[in-house]
Parts: sequence; C-alpha cells; structure tokens
Amino acid sequence: MVGFVIVSHCETLAKGVVELTRMMAASVPIQAAGGLDDGSLGTSFEKIYAAIDEVYSDDGVIVLMDMGSAVMTTEMVIEAMDGRKIVMADCPLVEGAVTGTVCAESEMSIDEIMEELAEVRNQNKL
Amino acid sequence: MVSNDKVLSILLEIGEKIEEEKLFLTELDNVIGDGDHGINMARGFDAVKAKQPMMEGKDIGTILKTVGMALVSTVGGASGPLYGTAFMQAGKVMAGKMEIGMEDFLAIMDAAIAGVQQRGKSTTGEKTMLDAMVPATEAMKKSFAESGDAKKALDDGLAAAKEGIEYTKTIIATKGRASYLGERSIGHQDPGATSFTVMLEVIDGAI
Repeated sequence: MVGFVIVSHCETLAKGVVELTRMMAASVPIQAAGGLDDGSLGTSFEKIYAAIDEVYSDDGVIVLMDMGSAVMTTEMVIEAMDGRKIVMADCPLVEGAVTGTVCAESEMSIDEIMEELAEVRNQNKL
Repeated sequence: MVSNDKVLSILLEIGEKIEEEKLFLTELDNVIGDGDHGINMARGFDAVKAKQPMMEGKDIGTILKTVGMALVSTVGGASGPLYGTAFMQAGKVMAGKMEIGMEDFLAIMDAAIAGVQQRGKSTTGEKTMLDAMVPATEAMKKSFAESGDAKKALDDGLAAAKEGIEYTKTIIATKGRASYLGERSIGHQDPGATSFTVMLEVIDGAI
C-alpha cells in the first residue's frame, strides 16, 4: 500500500491532518513531519527523512506539503534518498491527504493516486 | 590563494557575524516574512560551528558541503534549503581542492546562484537573495577581469550587493512568504539579500 507523509511548518497542523485521514482510511501508513525538533515552527530535514523511511514500501510514498521551505526541504530529502519511489503532490494539503489515503486504501497504485490528486487541485469548494 | 584553514575560519567568522546580526535580520523578516530569518540562520551556523572538528584539515569541497548539510538540517526555514543548496553546489566546484583563488570563488558564486535559482524556482527581480548575489557576482567578474585584483573585485562585489539590497526595497516580492503581502512589501529590504551581503562583507574583510 502507498504510504503518506504530511510535511508542515507546524507540528500540530501535520498531526491534525494525519488524524483527519484516519477517519476514512485508518489502515494507510501515514506519518506527520511537522515543525522543528524542539516543537517550534519550521521544517526539519531529519523529521521528513525519518517519516518517509517509516512509511516506505515498494509501493512508494506520496508527500504532501504546506508551503515554502516545506516544499524545498522535502525536495532535498527526496534527492538524498535517490532511487526510491517518492513523489510530492502539488495539491491542497487537507483535501489531498484525505483523497490520497482513501485511494491508497483501495489499493490504487502511486501513479493512479497522483492522477486523482491532480484532480483535487481543480476542485472548487463553493 | 586562500588555504582550506583560512576558508574554515572565514566560515566560522560568518557564523559569528550572523549571530551578531540575528535580531536585525529577524526584525527585517518580521515586517515582510515570518520573522525567523535571523534566528534560523544563527541556529544553522551554530550547527556549522559544532561540526568544526569534522572540517579541520579537510579539502574546501568537503568543508563547504558540510556547511551546506548543517544548514539544510537545522535552519528550518526557506533559507535552509536555499543556502544549503548554495553551499553544497559550491562544495562540488571545490571538491578535493586545498586552496581557493578568485577564479574559483567566481565559479563557486555561479554554482551557488544556479543552485538557489533551481531550488527556489526564482530569478532576479523577485525580492530575494538573488537580487544581491547576482549583481555582486557580475560586479566581481567585471572588476576582476579588468584589474586582476581579487581584493578590489570583492570590494566592488560588496558595493553591488549593498546596491542590490537597496533595489529590493523598491520592488514587490513575488517569491516566498513576503509575496503574500504583495504591494505592501515595497519599501522593505529583503532579509535574504541582507544575510548574503553580511556573508560577503565578512569574506571581503578577511581577504
């Protein structure tokens, strides 16, 4: 099953998004990588690396990020983990996490889930 | 030529200067960003200092790469991956070298700029560190080509970086957190352009 990592500047935000996905897709491997080691705001290379490692399988990992350094730091982690199946999704964090994990639970492949997440990008709330 | 030991001492001095300017950099970032630039950079260079024993006696490429990795791992904000990439790319240019000359430094700057552009998907005119890095590098190249004098080139580069800071006051941020402010970012100097200039000032002062 495809795994997920939620990267945010804020530890509680990342954990909150993970919590929300449990509601509909409790069996999906998902880890939060929010904030710095001391709990302050920021993105941590080590936390993201460890979170991806934790949920990684041959099916791959999709990372969803909030903004700015969350995106750039994730990029650097993926470069450091060169050769593994890890992709970043360019979509709203909450909607993407819920949609992605629901898809993963129905055993969709990483490519199929990424196609769904591209759709999430275009969904209007109102 | 500047030795590997001297490069390491300059980098540690940059750390001290960043620590001194921590509150100023954070104040700048408070106005148009998320108010953590100085604190983040100081935390990053603290980590660099902690790696000093690992860097002593090593080639300049290894030293620069170690600095980059320390910044990526500990800064926490956008300047982590940006400066981290810059130093790591610079490290590639200097792999195995125990001395650095002005041509090498210019090559380092080209690699660092390319790294920052690629990582931040940014270019000049967007109110970022590139608005100091690029004009400084252009000025150093021109000056060094004309005079062959490294010290003069660094002086001219520093002057251009300072002009770059002034230029960032006049433009709207279109990258990074400051871009959320739109026109309200005009009138304020970019913290990243400022921290780069602080680094160049230390290098210029040490040569």
